[in-house]
Amino acid sequence: MYAFDFEKPTTVAEAVAALADDEAQPLSGGQTLIPTLKQRLAMPSKLVSLTGIAEMQGVCTNDAGQLCIGGATPHAVVAAEAASKYPALSALASNIGDPAVRNRGTIGGSVANNDPAACYPSAVLASGATVVTNNREIAADDYFQGLFSTALEEGEIITEVRFPVPQAANYQKFVQPASRFALVGVFVAKFADGVRVAVTGASNDGVFRWTEAEKALSANFSPDALNGLSVSADGMIGDLHGTPEYRAHLIAVMTKRAVAAAS
Amino acid sequence: MAKVSMTVNGRAVSGDVAGNRLLVEFLREDLRMTGTHVGCDTSQCGACVVHVNGKAVKSCTMLAHEAEGATITTIEGIASPDGTMSRVQQAFQDHHGLQCGFCTPGMVMTATKLLEQNPTPTEAEVRHALEGNICRCTGYHNIVKAILAASGQDVSKIAAE
Repeated sequence: MYAFDFEKPTTVAEAVAALADDEAQPLSGGQTLIPTLKQRLAMPSKLVSLTGIAEMQGVCTNDAGQLCIGGATPHAVVAAEAASKYPALSALASNIGDPAVRNRGTIGGSVANNDPAACYPSAVLASGATVVTNNREIAADDYFQGLFSTALEEGEIITEVRFPVPQAANYQKFVQPASRFALVGVFVAKFADGVRVAVTGASNDGVFRWTEAEKALSANFSPDALNGLSVSADGMIGDLHGTPEYRAHLIAVMTKRAVAAAS
Repeated sequence: MAKVSMTVNGRAVSGDVAGNRLLVEFLREDLRMTGTHVGCDTSQCGACVVHVNGKAVKSCTMLAHEAEGATITTIEGIASPDGTMSRVQQAFQDHHGLQCGFCTPGMVMTATKLLEQNPTPTEAEVRHALEGNICRCTGYHNIVKAILAASGQDVSKIAAE
């Protein structure tokens, strides 16, 4: 790692002020950022830890019935505390990485990084969640903007993610066994006004909604509703783990499994 | 450089370390506690697992300064002060849960935490809990067997592998 200064503020306001410096970068659980620093792929002058900010920790329910998760809440806490309110989200959190990674890695860090194979972006997008930052609220549909790209501005911090709780939901992840990231992951969420389907791991543009499946499932929430539907391999990721065609095929398979498990 | 203080295995320690000092470097190189191992240094192999404020974490993927004020337990703090091994350590010895021993500190730390949270895990739960700990000798069977035995479950019907 290159040398950097370290600060650990205790409020969001202090963190925002610390991040105003040139080349300062926020550090959440560090499960992606620290390996990145070790490879010298980033050279921040200062890391501003977000893990000491009490107002960014924990899971609660607001007056609208949404599940509100503090940006610096580790995956293991989400897995435990969302279990009764939003079981599909809890299950997703409990299968990210491994136990030690889940004790450090945070939802805000994952959503800010927007790795194309990360699990959380699919839950955020399929739930129609709201990404809350230190200065605004961003709808999931406006938030994800491509590979490692989001609506976040420089120095903007995710303080909370608010999830509407669906009537039924499920996440199916086809694990890339070495990294434990999703080779393909599909999150299906059924709300009173329709079904949302979000796919991670598959596309060169990162997480996306499979609108054709959403339409079919909104009319008939059963695996059979997906018969005959397929996703084009254009724009899908191709690497040593799977071809674009393989990933496109897996999307339909995992979507069917998610609907079967949710219904 | 800035001062960092923490409690390691019940002992108050401190040091003047750079912002980019890893927790595992602080433990091994500054405190000279070399029981915690560094295998991959990329947060995959789990040889560096320690307990920070009661949670299993990979100490190669946490900055020393992030542990300011924390209570840390390493593999050196698992046995009793008189040298009597913990039930997890004893089970690893009894069931041949190690060969070269390089991964063992991390395995023991992960298994100890698992059994605190889930005192009688199933074999599948043990294997799920070990996903972040890689062993290149044993093929895992005897590690899983040792952990099940440490939980007080009968492992006599599990074949030796």
